[in-house]
Amino acid sequence: MSIAFDAVSVRLAGAELVHDLNVKAEEGEVLGFVGPNGSGKSTALRCVYRALRPSGGAVLLDGTDLAVLDPRTSARSIAAVPQESGNDLDFTVAEVVELGRFPHHRGNRPMTAEERAVRDEAMLRADVAHLADRGVLSLSGGERQRVVLARAFAQRPRVLVLDEPTNHLDIHHQLQLLRQLRAESLTVLIAMHDLNLAAATCDRLAVLARGTVLHLGPPAEVLTPEVINEAFGVTPSVVHHPRTGVPQLHYDI
Amino acid sequence: MTTSETQSALPVSGRERGLITAVLPLVVVLAGSILIGIALGPTPVPLPETVRYLVAAITGGSVDAGEASGYAIIWQVRTPRVLLAAVVGAGLSVVGVAIQATVRNALADPFILGVSSGASVGASAVVSFGLFAGLGVYALSTAALLGALGASALVYLAARGKSGLTPLRLVLTGVALAYGFQALMSAIVFFAPFSDSARTVLFWLMGSLGSATWSSLPLAAATVALATVLLLRNCRALDVLALGDETAAGLGMDATAVRKRLFLFTAIVTGCLVAVSGAVGFVGLVIPHLVRLLVGANHRRVLTLAPLIGAIFLVWVDLASRTLFAPRELPLGVITALIGVPVFITLLRRRGYLFGGR
Repeated sequence: MSIAFDAVSVRLAGAELVHDLNVKAEEGEVLGFVGPNGSGKSTALRCVYRALRPSGGAVLLDGTDLAVLDPRTSARSIAAVPQESGNDLDFTVAEVVELGRFPHHRGNRPMTAEERAVRDEAMLRADVAHLADRGVLSLSGGERQRVVLARAFAQRPRVLVLDEPTNHLDIHHQLQLLRQLRAESLTVLIAMHDLNLAAATCDRLAVLARGTVLHLGPPAEVLTPEVINEAFGVTPSVVHHPRTGVPQLHYDI
Repeated sequence: MTTSETQSALPVSGRERGLITAVLPLVVVLAGSILIGIALGPTPVPLPETVRYLVAAITGGSVDAGEASGYAIIWQVRTPRVLLAAVVGAGLSVVGVAIQATVRNALADPFILGVSSGASVGASAVVSFGLFAGLGVYALSTAALLGALGASALVYLAARGKSGLTPLRLVLTGVALAYGFQALMSAIVFFAPFSDSARTVLFWLMGSLGSATWSSLPLAAATVALATVLLLRNCRALDVLALGDETAAGLGMDATAVRKRLFLFTAIVTGCLVAVSGAVGFVGLVIPHLVRLLVGANHRRVLTLAPLIGAIFLVWVDLASRTLFAPRELPLGVITALIGVPVFITLLRRRGYLFGGR
């Protein structure tokens, strides 16, 4: 499924966080959002998983305005890995992952065998199956992040929205997660700070600044010293990965 | 299919079986506690007599004329009181679970949103100035219910903002307005023409089942039963709400809308409970935690066991309140606080229970 931002603007508390954003992720594409702090990456993504409603324009799922869809309906197609949210209650890992099935069934029916299978498979894919019975409050930040990812997998989405998913992960799990995103046939929208990992992961990158798209294109076209300087105010040296040819940035302090 | 069945059977299904095996003994314990609560009191009635009176009352049988006073104590005084204790205990526990999920704060209790202090304003107005005198014995309950609902409405309106109804603002507004209501209540008591009203208000504020009658039972029981069933039917929504608003949005749930409904719902149930029993503190805080320690955080399990354990708890608390210093009665809140305060502080000190859920 494709996701398109059609002239999306978001105003919150008098500030325009996103302004006339136009970008489309095609079916199966991994689209990265990069940009400095406050450039509107998270705000744009929040419109996709419907934590925010655009104040202008629309987010289109396969051409349909999300605003006309029931939240539960769109949650069957779009899963989110938001930035860490607080939870006071000590659910087990299996219970949290199970809640990924929430949009798929109404009310209070117990999980069917198929749904438990979906849950277990999601836990395996996110490498948390061995933690199934652990309480989430006793996990490390990275383990918790993978639990959230497993919950998103359990949602069986066609579109996955990830906001800084690699933040708490060690390099092994960062690469595992990003490889997984590439291997799945999902449409992926991902906000990232690490430009080198973003270059290696994403089909295209949208460089955001001040709430709008500055540049859009394949990493090799977008990650140039000029663009990085324009967006971030720093000038890197760009080299190419000896094996993959992906652009990699180096900085001097 | 069979492999996935056996794979996943361990964590969840095992707990489901555990749930059923936990409910049955609790029901038996509750029935036993109620019976003991009815038999014991300032004038204990032997258990066989108690059972005989109860059977006679329920089946329409008769007792000897010499036993009339014992029968009256058992059936007219103690039975409704003990049953009301069970109902209020169950209700406060269920509402406690709901409110902790609503404001996403493990230290919240049913009274955190100003409900009890609002009720006490209404109650003190009745006790001090004879408000609603036309309603007779229902004046106090009616005023308390109106006070509770009025206070909840004020808290709701004050906490509402552009970004919806955020948990932390709800809690802080509730706490702030509760101080205002308490001041108002103090002023009412201070200017009261009747000198003993302070004592009455205080006693009521600490919670008491002393005014329990058969007529106060049905409404409270129906409200609590309805509340439990409704919450159990929406237990997954409570699970999702506890994970935070962003997560809820990603799972297709509008957290603010659910929180509004839960707020209204808990205000009404708490108002009804406060109207019949005053503000019995700590039950709604301690019981949900106790149940979570036993069965984990899953709201289906918590909401199944919390009413039973809460009912048992308050039956014994009420028994203690009327027997420890008989014939004088201790307010229920004194006993629940003796148990609740240490538990509260222990919880507060435990890692993971950070204020505000962050």
